[in-house]
Amino acid sequence: MWKIINLNLFALILLPVCLMAQQKITGKITDSKKRPLPGVNIAIKDTYDGASSAADGTFSFTTDLKGEQIISVTLNGYRPFEQKINLSNPQVYNIVLKEVISQLNVVTISAGSFEASDERKGTVLKPLDIVSTAGAGADIVNALKTLPGTQQTNDREGLFVRGGTGYETQTFIDGLLVRNPFYSGLPDMPGRGRFSPFLFKGTTFSSGGYSAQYGQGLSSALILESQDLPERSSSSVGLSVIGASVGVDELSKDKKGSYGVEADYTNLGPYLDVVKSKFKPSVNPEIIGTSANFRRKTSSTGMLKFYGYGNWTHMGTYHPSLEYPGYNELFELRNQNVYTNLTYKERLGRGWRISSGLSFSSNTDDIHTDTLEKTAPTKINNLSSLTQARVMLTKSIGYYSSLRMGGEYQYGVEKGAFNSYHANYTDNYSAVFAEGDIYLTPQLVGRVGGRVEHSSVLAKTNFAPRVSLAYKMDAYSQVSLAYGDYYQKPEQQYLRFKPNMDYMKATHYIASVQRITGNYTLRVEAFYKKYHNLVKTSPDTSNGGTGYAKGIELFWRDHKTFKNMDYWISYSYLDTKRNYLTYPYEVQPDFAAKHTFSVVYKYYVPSITTFFGATYSFSTGRPYYNPNLPDNQFMTQKTMDYNSLGLTVSYLTSIKKAFTVFVLSVSNIGNFKQVYGYRYSTDKLRREEITPNIPRFIYVGMFMNFGIDRRQDVINNL
Amino acid sequence: MKRILFALLLSAGITSVSMAQSAQYEGAMTKQIAMLDDYNNFNPQKLQELANTFERIGAAEKTQWLPFYYAGYCNVMNAFLEKDQSKVDAIADKAAADIAIADTLSPKNDEVYVVKSLIASSRISVDPQSRGKQYGMEAANWQSEAAKINSENPRVYILQGQSLFYTPEQFGGSKTEAKKKFELALQKFSTFKPASSIAPHWGERQAQHLISQIK
Repeated sequence: MWKIINLNLFALILLPVCLMAQQKITGKITDSKKRPLPGVNIAIKDTYDGASSAADGTFSFTTDLKGEQIISVTLNGYRPFEQKINLSNPQVYNIVLKEVISQLNVVTISAGSFEASDERKGTVLKPLDIVSTAGAGADIVNALKTLPGTQQTNDREGLFVRGGTGYETQTFIDGLLVRNPFYSGLPDMPGRGRFSPFLFKGTTFSSGGYSAQYGQGLSSALILESQDLPERSSSSVGLSVIGASVGVDELSKDKKGSYGVEADYTNLGPYLDVVKSKFKPSVNPEIIGTSANFRRKTSSTGMLKFYGYGNWTHMGTYHPSLEYPGYNELFELRNQNVYTNLTYKERLGRGWRISSGLSFSSNTDDIHTDTLEKTAPTKINNLSSLTQARVMLTKSIGYYSSLRMGGEYQYGVEKGAFNSYHANYTDNYSAVFAEGDIYLTPQLVGRVGGRVEHSSVLAKTNFAPRVSLAYKMDAYSQVSLAYGDYYQKPEQQYLRFKPNMDYMKATHYIASVQRITGNYTLRVEAFYKKYHNLVKTSPDTSNGGTGYAKGIELFWRDHKTFKNMDYWISYSYLDTKRNYLTYPYEVQPDFAAKHTFSVVYKYYVPSITTFFGATYSFSTGRPYYNPNLPDNQFMTQKTMDYNSLGLTVSYLTSIKKAFTVFVLSVSNIGNFKQVYGYRYSTDKLRREEITPNIPRFIYVGMFMNFGIDRRQDVINNL
Repeated sequence: MKRILFALLLSAGITSVSMAQSAQYEGAMTKQIAMLDDYNNFNPQKLQELANTFERIGAAEKTQWLPFYYAGYCNVMNAFLEKDQSKVDAIADKAAADIAIADTLSPKNDEVYVVKSLIASSRISVDPQSRGKQYGMEAANWQSEAAKINSENPRVYILQGQSLFYTPEQFGGSKTEAKKKFELALQKFSTFKPASSIAPHWGERQAQHLISQIK
């Protein structure tokens, strides 16, 4: 036994001596295009021995090791490489490293959509861009009107996209439909969006070709993704010439939950005492808004969120009567709106994810109209409520591909009263959808899916196929194609009287090319959209309408060329005609302009910590109906071109511990005359211009945010 | 008896092996850290080489957190030095991967949190307007977590001072407040004793340099 041990000891003592002979290892590392890679870490695995490659990709080191070893080669952004080597007969190692396919190099479906997100890379916009677009007044939809595909229809509610009406754009929060995303407005004076852009971490504006997840929008989808937990607790106070707001956002001690409440009050009365509006207000326009949110992490991957708001509006105007010159028409509106949304997201394991949601919303409009001293007053009461549930399952397949499937159900109640006349209906709407994003290679993705919908009031079922394809040509450029069918129920005011109509239908074809480098974005998109079954109201209410829209759109953004300056330019060419409502045949509709152009400019002056922003929008004149013209000249006359220049100046400072922003914002600073159309009296003898009620609006406000450690907010050279 | 002898021999063997390893470890680390302390090596190429070497040491040692700590530190410094904004995130990701290993090998370590704070700060430069808030908060959180564990760590105060120093006044930044933090850091340095010759000890020069820039 001792002998053996002695022998072992002897061997142990001698071993290092055997190893003293050093081996030199040399080689060169290149990428797959034979370019040398510097800074590569080359090592004999699990030992100290190794080296970094030089600027020309070469390396050399010595080792005392012998025999079979593993050489390990690593470089950030490249796949690690390992190979067995035999140190007894060393050689020159020339190794080729393959690039890792990073998120930036993987193609994403982009045809038809503009995305603003902080989390995903390579998006065209950031959420902050929406807030800081001059003239938009922090209204999401106003900011989106600077993007291609949209119309400058500021006399009507909603987002008019690619020859579609405002009704054809649907808004979704965390997958759930928002039935009344805009404040109720007065005639020719649309209300703005009901929710603050600060609530959303991601905004996707799709001007066509969107996913089978979403339905009931013929033209466009505005997809909003709510914020997760705030980084810290804070409270805020806002004051402006038209109102005040307060808010609290509280992050729980364990940082797994939060709640927030907000309230605001707007009263345009004092402002209108100083700056006269075109129409005299009958009451001081008032809006009370409240909102609440609650968020809770249910596990490391699960999240439960509640978001809800309640709004009350009261406003009205005296409008000089067109029918009875010398008399006034009164229009007064009271609106109550409640929206609630409860969502839950969790990973289920094995690549499965669930996202589900429940929502209830209700909207009441009480309208009182009266041509004073001439006709009997009219009372209109519209009440709509929507209850909905939605479940979606997503399964990841491989590295990039995924499969989505789900269903939704909506129960809608529509009640309308016109004096003592009532027209009510309810609708049970259900839909199922399935869709796959299939990556054939990291550079080529196909999305194939479909959606089946049924509406009880229409008593009809539809099937809408959707297909997209995107191919990434290099790290920056990609081409995309999209095709899809989109169905939508006719508007409530028609369905109310004629329930058994059919879905309206649009078919989209889109081709786009985009190039996004770090600081420049260029996008060109062409589309063709065919409308079927549009609602006609003359001679009868039917689905006999038709139409088309085609066009080409450009988007250019640059935040590099000029220091501290960022700008984007959008141009849309639109050729659209439709035969709908009372139109006798297909014509360019009165909401569509042929050429639309916008420039958004943002400039920051660090020395005075002030942002300057300007937004200029132009569109060619829109057709209007002149009843004095013969039928064959229907809608051939056009309004003057539309010009608008908005300016915003924001001064950032701190007062005590509060982060404070002073904002001065002026819409239509050049005081351009803006005419959206003309309205004629029944006897065709008189007409009035449709123009903004307040042609130029001057907003002055301040916003203070009290946080725990606000100074961390903006670090370095902002 | 034989068994005891054998066991003794075996344990002696193990001790001598691990002693040998330790000697190699200390030596290698001391050499690399001396290079890191030399200001002439504070350039992207050298920092990358140092990070590589620290990673090799870490991979060989397996249980030591310091090599990964230093690899993460070198990489995050490179993230700060990188001029091409589109490359910063990849380098910061690398630093984060290194420091995550250090974090598992040595949980609740203030020095590790200091580097985590640096990594968050490094990501701000990619898009300060959009990222300032999120990553600024994250950096501040790691600073306060580190201070909770060891309020005597001077590097925590250097980072706090740097945040104040580089933040514009209207966002709560303050050169005078920054100076106080740097002075506090220097005061902590006068009593700070690194746990070993290879434990983190950087920062004194940075603090002095930044103080000299404040009038």
